[in-house]
Amino acid sequence: MDAPLLELTNVTKIFKIGGGLGLFSKRVIKAVDSISFSIPSDKPLITALVGESGSGKTTIARMILGLTKPTSGEIFYKGRSISEWLKKNKLEYYKEVQAIFQDPYSIYNPFYRIDRVLEIVIKKFKLASSKEEARKLMVEVMREIGLRPEDLLGRYPHQLSGGERQRFMLARILLIKPRLIVADEPVSMIDVSLRALFLDHLISFKEKLGTSCLYITHDLNVASYVADNIIVLCQGRIVEEGDKKSIIENPLHPYTKLLLSSIPVPDPKRKWRELIDIASIESFKELKVEKGCIFYTRCPYAMNICKEERPSLIDVEPGRKVACFLYSK
Amino acid sequence: MKPVLEVRNLKVYYKSIWGDYKSVDGVSFNVYGNEVFSIAGESGCGKSTLVDGILRLIEPPGYIPSGEVIFEGVDLLKLPEKELRKIRWRKLAYVPQGAMNSLNPVIRIEEQMVDAIVDHSDMDKEEARKLALSMLKEVGLPSEVAKMYPHELSGGMKQRVIIATAIALKPRLVIADEPTTALDVVVQRGILQLLRRLKEDYGMTVIVVSHDMAAHAQIGDRIAIMYAGKIVEIGSIYDIFEDPLHPYTKGLISAIPAIGKKYIKYIPGLAPSPLNWPPGCRFHPRCPHATDICSKIEPPIREISSGRYVACHLYG
Repeated sequence: MDAPLLELTNVTKIFKIGGGLGLFSKRVIKAVDSISFSIPSDKPLITALVGESGSGKTTIARMILGLTKPTSGEIFYKGRSISEWLKKNKLEYYKEVQAIFQDPYSIYNPFYRIDRVLEIVIKKFKLASSKEEARKLMVEVMREIGLRPEDLLGRYPHQLSGGERQRFMLARILLIKPRLIVADEPVSMIDVSLRALFLDHLISFKEKLGTSCLYITHDLNVASYVADNIIVLCQGRIVEEGDKKSIIENPLHPYTKLLLSSIPVPDPKRKWRELIDIASIESFKELKVEKGCIFYTRCPYAMNICKEERPSLIDVEPGRKVACFLYSK
Repeated sequence: MKPVLEVRNLKVYYKSIWGDYKSVDGVSFNVYGNEVFSIAGESGCGKSTLVDGILRLIEPPGYIPSGEVIFEGVDLLKLPEKELRKIRWRKLAYVPQGAMNSLNPVIRIEEQMVDAIVDHSDMDKEEARKLALSMLKEVGLPSEVAKMYPHELSGGMKQRVIIATAIALKPRLVIADEPTTALDVVVQRGILQLLRRLKEDYGMTVIVVSHDMAAHAQIGDRIAIMYAGKIVEIGSIYDIFEDPLHPYTKGLISAIPAIGKKYIKYIPGLAPSPLNWPPGCRFHPRCPHATDICSKIEPPIREISSGRYVACHLYG
């Protein structure tokens, strides 16, 4: 079997908080706490990394993209560590691994016409040999995404809507044809009525181009639509992992269960039945569990062992993992 | 039944060198006692501006060219500022968007609540303090929160402090603008249920403004759908979700991703600009059912069955 497309092994990222130069640092935050997972290379998949704010999901994306280095652990792309890729074959790495970020505005330079976003890509990856050819290519990918080149080319970023800017990013992706897209909350700035358009393009990239995607989101509704597999994060750790259907229909970890039962269902006939005890689920900001299971203080099934030991991620079925003592033999 | 709030043909425009941004362009609706009234719409449809207009919080270059906002029989838009101040907070509370970030970071929670209560009531500091503590308890916060600073609280806790302060004087009407944005799902559920309790346990009337249709489905009694500065449809939450009539409402509902939903659709085209609304029905350039009349004549909002209002030529 080939090496996985992407593999994280015991990746940890620690941030020091407070105090300049780290001299007066009061505390350290483990944003990502020895996380391991992989995305297979044999067939294209969309893997959703689902977690609430502070779960470390964006930090994971930034590490995969080489924007920040793990404190410990390794990230491999096609069996080679990312640090090696970036040292020796940076251009090649970014040809294969591309990002789509949450705020589609921040990545545009407001002084340049949007055309430049595509022109740079064409130049850098030598996708065209003449200006005419480059132009033709740009028009082609934009049409493919359903954008009108005659309306958009020549415009400045602020003249585009959030949805258009984000879809323009898809045109850029289509130009590069990467193997892996790392998408961090890509639809949160797109109007609800246009989200499906964006998500369907991601799905069609998978089906037509064979592009895999790591889709990072807090929104299980979106994850359930777009993903094949779901990984659930809680405070920097993976609590559960599996195919979409089994995670949604049969969540194992109490945290996943809580998340799933808290999602508002867009149907007034399926209202929440009982009141949630908000006081018990919400902890003070400073409080972070240092020992035992990270979900211990909020878990309705907590046992003695949960307070003392940290459950490791174990296989319960093929492809299905959970980190909870309720499922360890 | 007499409404608690009547909004009549309210317009809120913003002056600019390119012309007026007609953010809210003739909106009318009633809100009745003891209901949760949902206002939904996508970004830029004017829903937050509508709330600012109702509360008369519009500042230049914004202005209100026309309209009436009748609250308990009085037009808020005609009231002298001094009189309006007496109504705000006591009778009409407002939880603005991102309110949890407006707490003063260097003042303890209790002091902030006491100041607000004393400012808007006849209570002295001691009475206000007692009230503040009991309000914290009402929203499920432990009493030690009173002595804490905002940075020691999580986002959801801050939002509950804001709601506790807003409802301390037992207002008749509470208006919450995007109350759960930036909150985690579990906390979001807690806040939404708290807002619902304001109606059920305190008999208040609540207006919730949100882009999140799923949140509305969970807590709303009636819902108004806004598009391009107008309300396109009003009805009971059950009717609107089960049988949306306006093509925009239909599109919006089929665009919501939800667990168990195999397909979601999108509405082709783009939301228009408040500087230049399309002529006729403002949805016609994106509407799959548009006919000639739609681009020429603006459909008025009409009651087509009891309590069901739609602005669409299909139902003329």
